[in-house]
Amino acid sequence: MPKLSAILTLTSSLILGVGGVWIAYNVDMLPVSASMNAPVYDELYRVLFIIGCILFIGMTALVIYSLIQFRRRPGETGDGIDLEGNISLEIFWTAVPAIIVLFVGLYSYDIYDRMGGMQPLMHDHSGQMDNQAEKVWGGIGSGPIMSSSTKNSSSLPIELTAMQFAFIFHYPKGDIISGELHVPVGKEVSLKMESKDVIHAFWVPQFRLKQDVIPGQPTILNFTPTKAGNFPIVCAELCGPYHGGMRSNVIVDEQEDFDKWLKENSKESI
Amino acid sequence: MTISLKPSDSPPEKLQPTGWLKYLSFSLDHKVIGLQYLVCGFLFYLIGGSLAGAIRVELISPLSDFMPREVYNQVLTLHGTIMIFLWIVPVVNGAFGNYLIPFYVGARDMAFPRLNAVAFWLIPPSGFMLITSYFINGAAQSGWTAYPPLSITTPAAGQIIWILSVLLLGGSSIFGGINFIATILKLRRPGLKLMQLPMYCWAMLGTSILVVLSTPVLAGTLILLSFDIVAHTGFFNPSLGGNVIVYQHLFWFYSHPAVYIMVLPAFGLVSEILPIHSRKPLFGYTTMVFSIMGIVVLGLVVWAHHMFTSGTPPWMRLFFTIATAFIAVPTGIKFFNWVATLWGGKISLNAAMLFSCGFIINFVLGGITGVALAQVPFDVHVHDTYFVVAHFHYIVYGGSVFVIFSSIYHWFPKFTGKMLNENLGRFHFIITFIGFNLCFAPQHWLGLNGMPRRVAEYDPQFQLINQISSVGALLMALSTLPFLWNIFQSMLYGDKAGDNPWNALTPEWLTSSPPPVENWKGEAPLVLEPYGYGEKDANKTQEEMT
Repeated sequence: MPKLSAILTLTSSLILGVGGVWIAYNVDMLPVSASMNAPVYDELYRVLFIIGCILFIGMTALVIYSLIQFRRRPGETGDGIDLEGNISLEIFWTAVPAIIVLFVGLYSYDIYDRMGGMQPLMHDHSGQMDNQAEKVWGGIGSGPIMSSSTKNSSSLPIELTAMQFAFIFHYPKGDIISGELHVPVGKEVSLKMESKDVIHAFWVPQFRLKQDVIPGQPTILNFTPTKAGNFPIVCAELCGPYHGGMRSNVIVDEQEDFDKWLKENSKESI
Repeated sequence: MTISLKPSDSPPEKLQPTGWLKYLSFSLDHKVIGLQYLVCGFLFYLIGGSLAGAIRVELISPLSDFMPREVYNQVLTLHGTIMIFLWIVPVVNGAFGNYLIPFYVGARDMAFPRLNAVAFWLIPPSGFMLITSYFINGAAQSGWTAYPPLSITTPAAGQIIWILSVLLLGGSSIFGGINFIATILKLRRPGLKLMQLPMYCWAMLGTSILVVLSTPVLAGTLILLSFDIVAHTGFFNPSLGGNVIVYQHLFWFYSHPAVYIMVLPAFGLVSEILPIHSRKPLFGYTTMVFSIMGIVVLGLVVWAHHMFTSGTPPWMRLFFTIATAFIAVPTGIKFFNWVATLWGGKISLNAAMLFSCGFIINFVLGGITGVALAQVPFDVHVHDTYFVVAHFHYIVYGGSVFVIFSSIYHWFPKFTGKMLNENLGRFHFIITFIGFNLCFAPQHWLGLNGMPRRVAEYDPQFQLINQISSVGALLMALSTLPFLWNIFQSMLYGDKAGDNPWNALTPEWLTSSPPPVENWKGEAPLVLEPYGYGEKDANKTQEEMT
């Protein structure tokens, strides 16, 4: 008999595992991915989704199974089994979540590093410039801006000023002021952001990126768009009555279209 | 301190009003105070719920067309503040804590009965103040987080009243915390060891430690914020050289532990309810105790995971990711232990049991999304979106509120001496469970796809999902009707409960229903095995079965 229950346990775990992976690969809940770090994000999301599905379905199934299997039948009296604990079981289910959490933590650290999150942006180490270019996402950081990202000749510097209830973009190159963000495909953009009044947040769901725009403390957000198109910029931090209406667009153009736009709008000749 | 095992000669009964009037008096009886907390909390729940309904009505259409935008922000601020500070925290701590803890430790009342009454009577005036601020000059409109500089620039009257009432409620919470710690540690009946206490005592001990350590930080922060508003100081005002991020650190130093202040007592209550209705001992008592204390310690060092997009340095993000994710370990232990408590039981599928099991399922989902949100790279996309809204409602509604309902079904016979109608209770559970999941599960998708939280207007592509969510909210609102009907009808015409309808072993059931003043007519019972359910023979038959 123990053999049968072992086989049953194994089969159901197998079904659960395969089912979790199947769901994670077939239920797509994310918007289009349009930046270099978005595929990395989606990879993390998928792993978390697989683990989450397995744990959630498994726990729910256990609870429902227990409720049905061990329900009190009509006319039944007396108590359940006298089981106050089981050290090996308890060690087992301390260890399993600990291992899962450790795995998820290390994995997400790796993802974070691949996104460039570990880059200390506030430091002006010129030696790090080469490293930074390799990262798929320039990372987000804060603190006194030492123009570290603008020194990096390969990235396009743009300044963002947020206020109630608008985003204003300023292109130092050409001295352009725009209410919409125009960027070329495949080029790293370095946004230096600061708020005029309250805290706002710059969020482009298709880029999987968000950074608060804070008064009195500039923040930097680096990203590389990979898909031409028109994506929403959403303010994600409650900033007042018109918070829901504080939206803009990021227009990702091919390089030549972007150059054309830059030329048409710039106040100085480039 | 001497502990009398016999009733005192002059019970305070004679000095106090009797009948229903005692519930409106400055009563010193812990059971009266507990029920005052419960009923008062439930009234605020109805108000907070109506505000939630207003939010869901506004979100039926993508335009801001149901109420003015300023009012919408006031409504969401009041909804959050009321639900946290006037419903969940007072009920899972104050109501059930005051009612049950003296029974569990074998005492005749709390350690400081007057402080206890003061703690309760701070709540109605602060709640009244908070809600009526809407009619004065508009309530606070910067969210329950009151982040500066927004909270400094929005109309000052509402914000200052908000700060005052949260300060009073925080004070009430601290008084309660001190009282619980003193009662559990010092008023235990001689012969009762800490490790023989029912689990809810441990949960309340852990919670009270969190309350006493972290609430003063919130109080200090809000006082500084009020200086910024009325005296134009510059603690958090960047135009005067202040720092807005410091406020967030201080605020979340309280407000993340506040989540545990809302769920740890719920964990304790579930640990009482599950063994009784599945007729089995609580599985793994010792690991349960250690996981509560583990959650308390870890809960104090995770606050900055609310600030991953605030401009936090990388090392800090890493530290808080790891600390937060590790809370899943002690929490996971508790959930596995509860399922093991069900396993092999003789489970009565009554309303108390169903709500507790609904809690397990909902909370597991909330916990999984919580571990995901702890991961910085995951969080930078979904932070401050409807994904987070879904996550924390799975924790505080699917978790704490389900447990509150479960506990009401479980302890109502003790409170009133009358049984609730189980069929109506099961009906209440089904509607609540479906409505809750219909309301909040789709919000995960909304957040992942680009809908930020706290908005009155949104991208029209999200309309259908928002409408589904609003239908769920409507079901949740309707689900209170069978509950209220059940309460009133049972109170008047319900079956007599008797002293111990569930055949339970914990001390509150070893006295009459409702219990007399000072809890027991004679000597307080000494319960050394609060979870001594289960049959040795059943063990054998179980082995034969497998």
